[in-house]
Amino acid sequence: MTIFNLWLFDEKGNLIYYREWNRKKNTSMERNEEAKLLYGMLFSIKSFVNKLSPADMKDGFLSYKTSKYRLNYYETPTGVKLVMNTDTTVTHPIVRDLLKSVYGQIYVEYAVKNPMYVLGQPIESELFGVKLDDLVRASPLFKA
Amino acid sequence: MAIFNIFIVSKSGGLIYHYDQANAPMQEVEKTFGFPLDIKLKREGSRVVVAFGQRDGIRLGHSLLSVNGVPLTSGTELQDGRDAFEVIEAKENYPLALKFGRPKATTNEKIVLASMFYPLFALAVQLSPELGSSGIQELETDTFKLHCMQTLTGVKFLVVCDPKQAGVDQLLDKLYELYADFALKNPFYSLEMPIRADLFDQNLQIAIEQIERTGFI
Repeated sequence: MTIFNLWLFDEKGNLIYYREWNRKKNTSMERNEEAKLLYGMLFSIKSFVNKLSPADMKDGFLSYKTSKYRLNYYETPTGVKLVMNTDTTVTHPIVRDLLKSVYGQIYVEYAVKNPMYVLGQPIESELFGVKLDDLVRASPLFKA
Repeated sequence: MAIFNIFIVSKSGGLIYHYDQANAPMQEVEKTFGFPLDIKLKREGSRVVVAFGQRDGIRLGHSLLSVNGVPLTSGTELQDGRDAFEVIEAKENYPLALKFGRPKATTNEKIVLASMFYPLFALAVQLSPELGSSGIQELETDTFKLHCMQTLTGVKFLVVCDPKQAGVDQLLDKLYELYADFALKNPFYSLEMPIRADLFDQNLQIAIEQIERTGFI
């Protein structure tokens, strides 16, 4: 089991944090370009899924899987979006719990409650990075 | 457990076959309202949609289907020629019986949806953190799961089903087999064109019924 990387977007679609752990393939794209591509895809998936659904949805899009990775998605009611790429042996509900704690225990605690942090700006706090790293590495999903 | 939809998309992204669940339950709610209306409606594309105020089974995103039993035709126009918004805004028309429901995708919308999947599939390859990834194979939401199989020749088979439906991989293989047997071997079938073959329909129906009942083929 592996965690590849984590993306954090705000409600307007700005990339506010990116972190990678075991990423093997690197694109020639700039990080920001890649973020825009990813955000655009998520936006399309959301509208796609909404139209295709046979019933009213609560959580909407949760995850997708390819032959090599699984993209896990969690969106808060305020529009903060967390995307975590893991390998395919992991099922979504487990990652969702991890994403919820990244939001509740890291983002809220070390970004929102930090008076020096301006909402919507990239997170540069070192404490945030350290705490996030600790949380992710402590997770049973993480095995390099 | 159920199979909701099946799409077959050609290698250039065109929809060449679609199947809908035959007895899909329609979610419709009719309610009598007094003036002023306590839900907010808005125009969205060619529909009148609930924008705010969920109540009594009427939910956000549901579209207006009829006013006092008169169905809406295209857009916001009622069958008797009046505009739905004018009727709703006039106090003298109340009490009003409004019927709402989840909009069903039209054939045109299905073609749009099928071609929308194409770039999503390609982007998933591009954004992969590992080398040599395929496109989307499974897409999960809380109400359905979409399974996709792409053949070596680029044809995509999409199955939209209940998240708990078992044996979908077998159904995808079966679909490919049926496609090869009843579409490709048909001398009247030209590639990339919609599949219209009775034998294909019949065999597909049998396969779907079996998978819904037993979970395997």
